[in-house]
Amino acid sequence: MWGILRRSAVDGGGFSASSLRRTRFSLVSARSYAAGSKEMTVRDALNSAIDEEMSADPKVFVMGEEVGQYQGAYKITKGLLEKYGPERVYDTPITEAGFTGIGVGAAYAGLKPVVEFMTFNFSMQAIDHIINSAAKSNYMSAGQINVPIAFRGPNGAAAGVGAQHSQCYAAWYASVPGLKVLAPYSAEDARGLLKAAIRDPDPVVFLENELLYGESFPISEEALDSSFCLPIGKAKIEREGKDVTITTFSKMVGFALKAAEKLAEEGIGAEVINLRSIRPLDRATINASVRKTSRLVTVEEGFPQHGVCAEICASVVEESFSYLDAPVARIAGADVPMPYAANLERLALPQVEDIVRAAKRACYRSK
Amino acid sequence: MAMWFARSRNLVSILRQNLGLSATLIKRNHSSPRPVFTNYQLSSRVFLDPSTSFRHESTAVETQPDLVQQSDHEDDAQELDFPGGKVGYTSEMKFIPESSSRRIPCYRVLNEHGKIISDSDFIPVSEKLAVRMYEQMATLQVMDHIFYEAQRQGRISFYLTSVGEEAINIASAAALSPEDVVLPQYREPGVLLWRGFTLEEFANQCFGNKADYGKGRQMPIHYGSNQHNYFTVSSPIATQLPQAAGVGYALKMEKKNACAVTFIGDGGTSEGDFHAGLNFAAVMEAPVVFICRNNGWAISTHISEQFRSDGIVVKGQAYGIRSIRVDGNDALAVYSAVRSAREMAVTEQRPVLIEAMTYRVGHHSTSDDSTKYREADEIQYWKMSRNPVNRFKKWVEDNGWWSEEDESKLRSSTRKQLLQAIQAAEKWEKQPLTELFNDVYDVKTKNLEEQEVGLKALVEKQPQDYPTGFHI
Repeated sequence: MWGILRRSAVDGGGFSASSLRRTRFSLVSARSYAAGSKEMTVRDALNSAIDEEMSADPKVFVMGEEVGQYQGAYKITKGLLEKYGPERVYDTPITEAGFTGIGVGAAYAGLKPVVEFMTFNFSMQAIDHIINSAAKSNYMSAGQINVPIAFRGPNGAAAGVGAQHSQCYAAWYASVPGLKVLAPYSAEDARGLLKAAIRDPDPVVFLENELLYGESFPISEEALDSSFCLPIGKAKIEREGKDVTITTFSKMVGFALKAAEKLAEEGIGAEVINLRSIRPLDRATINASVRKTSRLVTVEEGFPQHGVCAEICASVVEESFSYLDAPVARIAGADVPMPYAANLERLALPQVEDIVRAAKRACYRSK
Repeated sequence: MAMWFARSRNLVSILRQNLGLSATLIKRNHSSPRPVFTNYQLSSRVFLDPSTSFRHESTAVETQPDLVQQSDHEDDAQELDFPGGKVGYTSEMKFIPESSSRRIPCYRVLNEHGKIISDSDFIPVSEKLAVRMYEQMATLQVMDHIFYEAQRQGRISFYLTSVGEEAINIASAAALSPEDVVLPQYREPGVLLWRGFTLEEFANQCFGNKADYGKGRQMPIHYGSNQHNYFTVSSPIATQLPQAAGVGYALKMEKKNACAVTFIGDGGTSEGDFHAGLNFAAVMEAPVVFICRNNGWAISTHISEQFRSDGIVVKGQAYGIRSIRVDGNDALAVYSAVRSAREMAVTEQRPVLIEAMTYRVGHHSTSDDSTKYREADEIQYWKMSRNPVNRFKKWVEDNGWWSEEDESKLRSSTRKQLLQAIQAAEKWEKQPLTELFNDVYDVKTKNLEEQEVGLKALVEKQPQDYPTGFHI
């Protein structure tokens, strides 16, 4: 599937000749060619990001279950073992606590590990190392020990995998000072944020989504460049609107965009904000948007109590209270461990219709 | 039964090459030359038996004969092929017993009276080194005593002594090189002391004042110092073990002439991280020395309630790790064992496990009163009759390297220095408010900047709500 990079002269408009030369890793990413724009799957975006960072910095190495010989449980690390060898793409025994501890120790000693959890649900077995060792070390040691580690893997619900494989951990990790928590949506997000995470001297929790791995997104030339990096702590306005602000992250961004289409048909302009960064949260962008629209609907896949949405609602009520024309609304997953049966699972997760309904309620267009 | 048997290189020659030591490296009372430490001998139950040790040297299978009964039906020529390699089979159904009939013996050099046991293998220690080791052991004793008292007086909030474990602390540190990275548990301040941390620096950390390298972020005894290659003490138990494997891996990747050294207590070996750390270090072939201080107690949990194995040393082989049991109260034995282990770890790029037997004379910490769960007589016995400092002192004195005059001079000057350090540390001002928000991240994030600005403004606006002298 590794296609050779082709560029079309049709792209024009601002793409200089130097940008054609900049990308040296042409064999790594696959491209499918829609008329005039490049597309990339999230999987390839992540793979290319890790590859480029490993190439640029010999201290970066990948560690996790099945990342090497198996090419990655979700093929995110495909081709890396062949390229960088077993010392830098390390297949670990099955002990999240063990390899997370080892990653933290290696980071203490100056390496830059990228630790993969097969799913963040399994990171529970390592959470002491993530919180008490990685997150707090720089502070507790007064800057003597920093931990330039990145933890990545699928987070949240997949399809039909049941309770122990479906929880969203964004709220858990984002409540801890010392960690940075990122949640990409598109391929561009995936590339830019993962590169930022690997380069960052602080421990970063990088929450991917299994169902997004195979999805293709258009990607700009700039994003394909090996030095491309997105800032941590900055949200992206995916779609502008003036009637209601919808904030969300990861897979729910896609749902929110679909909801925005439906709302547009009814004359409601929804502004969709892709958070990208859960910690630090881009309160400025969120509040600026709410001050423009006067209405807020926050969406997340995870459990409602103490969730990311709760934090956003609190922030908006604290900072933009007088601008609000309607109560803030939260849409979250059902307050139950994720059931397996497909019909129940569908009911336990937010759907496009839920977002549409909530937005209309905020606009006083329905009960 | 596939017996794993890797002979280590002749340690004498390794030490000679790397350290430029003389040919008369190993002190023994007989003349036949032999390699000092083969891995066989380390685990052999006949190690210290002078009459049989040489004859058993070449018998490979003899290592733990009563663990695996050799059956008459065993046919060595036939083997079964399974993932993991060929293994011989037997038609006799025999369970490996849960314990060996004899416990793994404990390596020791000095007897209780400070005299070298005849035929002991050990790495000789020069007068200069021995005197320094003794001075540091005594300093550690005085330091523990005074800081403990300071806590009792309410001057510091917490303290944890290493009484009874001075030999492990100092002798292990003396056996390492300064480039070796130490990941302590919490009862190893002696290692930091050996490496040059001053009494003032210890006091500053305990008081959390402005001079504390930890900037007042941690409880007392959570020392850490990058320049001394001593990672900051972390409270959760055993997390340092897989981290040490990670540090070892980093050293291996960077081809450094150094190893990771990490400490754990008997109780900590029950943590999952012990399994993960040792297993991983073995698989990764990382240069790590794991030192377990088996001091008999994990707060109030006696080792009989902690595990059912023969201590910790037997667990090493389960992970494919070379191990040794050593008398942790014998400074010379600890020195030799750690020194050898360190060389093995670095030159052979493998982990090594040392179980140092000792006794926790003090309470677990100042939050504990151990007389509630153990006999005062037991504590007294270990404190007086099995004291590692006195034992080493006798040996040093017997060599004519130390006198009573030196002793009283050292003790009184150390005591004076400590009292002064405490008084000074107490008076030092505490960290400014700005340190509340630093180091959460490498670069302060926007929300922290906002909070800092907000807090500064609040303190300026409402000074009456904050203690006098509270500075921003």
